[in-house]
Amino acid sequence: MSKSAYSTPGKKGKFDKHIIVVWVDNEAGVLARVVGLFSGRGYNIESLAVAEVDAKLNISRITIVTTGTPQVIQQIKLQLRKLVPVHKVADFKREDKNVIFKEMALFKLVGNISKRKKAFNACKKYNAVILDKTNKSYVVQVTALRREIDVMSKNLKKLGLVSVSRTGAVAMTRGAETFK
Amino acid sequence: MSKLSTGAEIVFKCLEDQNVEFIFGYPGGAVLPIYDELKNHSSIKHILVRHEQGAGHAAEGYARSSGKPGVVLVTSGPGATNVVTALTDAYMDSIPLVCISGQVPTHLIGTDAFQECDTTGITRPCTKHNWLVKDIKDLSKIIHKAFEVATTGRPGPVLVDIPKDIQFQKTTYSKPKKEKKLNGKRHNSFNQKDIDELIKLMSKANKPIFYTGGGVINSGPKASALLRELVDATGFPITSTLQGLGSFPGDDNSFLGMLGMHGTYEANNAMHDCDLMINIGARFDDRITGKIDEFSPKSKKVHIDIDPSSINKNVKVELPIIGDVQDVISSTLKTIKKVKPNFANSNKQKISKWWEQIQKWREKKSLDFVNSTETIKPQYAVQRLYELTKSKDTYITTEVGQHQMWAAQHYKFDKPNRWMTSGGLGTMGYGLPAAVGVQIAHPKKLVIDIAGEASVLMTMQEMSTAVQYNLPIKIFILNNEYMGMVRQWQELLHDKNYSESYTAALPDFVKLAEAYGCVGIRATNPSELDDKIIEMLNTDRPVIFDCLVDKQENCFPMIPSGKPHNQMLLGPKDQEQNKITGKGKTLV
Repeated sequence: MSKSAYSTPGKKGKFDKHIIVVWVDNEAGVLARVVGLFSGRGYNIESLAVAEVDAKLNISRITIVTTGTPQVIQQIKLQLRKLVPVHKVADFKREDKNVIFKEMALFKLVGNISKRKKAFNACKKYNAVILDKTNKSYVVQVTALRREIDVMSKNLKKLGLVSVSRTGAVAMTRGAETFK
Repeated sequence: MSKLSTGAEIVFKCLEDQNVEFIFGYPGGAVLPIYDELKNHSSIKHILVRHEQGAGHAAEGYARSSGKPGVVLVTSGPGATNVVTALTDAYMDSIPLVCISGQVPTHLIGTDAFQECDTTGITRPCTKHNWLVKDIKDLSKIIHKAFEVATTGRPGPVLVDIPKDIQFQKTTYSKPKKEKKLNGKRHNSFNQKDIDELIKLMSKANKPIFYTGGGVINSGPKASALLRELVDATGFPITSTLQGLGSFPGDDNSFLGMLGMHGTYEANNAMHDCDLMINIGARFDDRITGKIDEFSPKSKKVHIDIDPSSINKNVKVELPIIGDVQDVISSTLKTIKKVKPNFANSNKQKISKWWEQIQKWREKKSLDFVNSTETIKPQYAVQRLYELTKSKDTYITTEVGQHQMWAAQHYKFDKPNRWMTSGGLGTMGYGLPAAVGVQIAHPKKLVIDIAGEASVLMTMQEMSTAVQYNLPIKIFILNNEYMGMVRQWQELLHDKNYSESYTAALPDFVKLAEAYGCVGIRATNPSELDDKIIEMLNTDRPVIFDCLVDKQENCFPMIPSGKPHNQMLLGPKDQEQNKITGKGKTLV
């Protein structure tokens, strides 16, 4: 017999990756409410991006990449909608072809010019821009998918990558429609 | 120019406009301006508690028994942290509370000032919403909004943290605005199609059951009345969660008793074997479902709830109906009357086999116990208390543990709002302060806290509050010298290792009562029990009743953890029980 006062865990379903977009009032503590809901209920946060998107209406847009069973994803959405400062919640499957996902990363590359050029060329297909240039270094900006940046930051190590700074993913639907 | 009011005045103007009659609170440095203002507002009475947790539970008792939000006023720092247990309790059981806390002045926030704590940070996960007021101009709007959030949708606690300098500043007061929508948070989102689908399921079912919960109580007395009509109109059996007791008469033949871990054999087996489960305002709590993978495997499930996030949280349901219980039942009844006016009669034949089966389960008499002529059995004490008080309109609160379950099993409620118990959080020490709040709301009614000696000691100081305000609450302690439920679990699941569950130095509760200035009564054997209970009922003062009960009695029936509903442990008649020997008490 189980020695716990609580029941034993039930069967676990399959985990899916979802991008949850939350429109909130930009007020003190709102991010803590959203993040606290995730940590308090044991939900996962893979990445998080947040900024004000409408200064007049005082609205911030939070983009959260998370994983969970369909039941957990459903709970995340319903629990988020209960928060008073939350206006609307959108949910996209990672595989959804109708949605664009992007992350931005800054790479600091240090080394001789040929090494740096090689590194920059490797970045080129990810909208690479050199933001800063010295005799010894580049700061390169790329926008790409999470896993692409993962691969890049691994591969660039041997080409003088000394520092990486990256954002969480942001998302937007394709076409003329917006999420209501 | 319109008149300017201080922050403290605005607090009271808001409370007046929200029709608040009582505040439960405790003063301190950061709320002194508000306390200073109290004298100018005669319609609001302040109840001085002895500990802020007591204020919170008293406000909960007030709210649950009256249907109005409870209001709590505490100071910063320890005042706020002390109330956290009560806020969490109210959050788990969906009780509307508005807690106003003082905070250090705005210019000191973040400096680790005296009695400073991050109150909104600490209470964020245990309130529906909370606010730190940084601008006096927002104050009245925020307090009105706080009442709205606490009382609409699924009710719950909210907190407004007001820095001391804001309490002194002046601005114009603004009255509450009637808002139609709560920031897009709809309450009813069901339509006629859902109701039609429900009725279709009901007419197809051979083994239906209503599983009702605290949502029926929270929806208001009208919902309970409609629930009775619905049971009449369908002829379906009904069971209730701990929180739902009272929404349906406990002595009615359709009522199978409470379900769940300590629910009746018939209720749990009916839940397991049914083919249609209609959940009305309950939330598939783990104490109800047992092993989730084997929970009611053959049934179609309907879930009526005001909170969309309750749907499919623990148990997947076929038909969710999101709305206020009262509105959903009312629509259902209307449709039944229109489409199948003779539903109960025409359906009788179809579910008669089901009722026969239920009758067989009932014959197990799962709440039976072996009575004694020498020691008072705790179940017997609750039964006698029920028999001697059922003619009065009695309000019962409880602490948490075995006594709570025995009260739920053996005290039969026939009205909503008469039963106040901490279910979700399971807070020992809830019952005594809750009884204070109930008695404040219903000064002429009989209010009894069915308590355990361990629980009641956690908030015993509130007897002083009861005496101060002449609240004749009755604290009926089932004293077995053990944390009974802990002892029971240790007996059944931890090889009788009674680790720290025996209290070796209990106070003399009769003398303790006298020390507080109330009345102490002790019952030691079954033959004197009735007389002593009557003596308690005839005492128009607060009473502590020390009922010395069998120390080893266990609470049955019981679904052991991780087991499905149809694998219950029944009482001593069904199983050999090993008694604990004398030295098991303080040692081991």
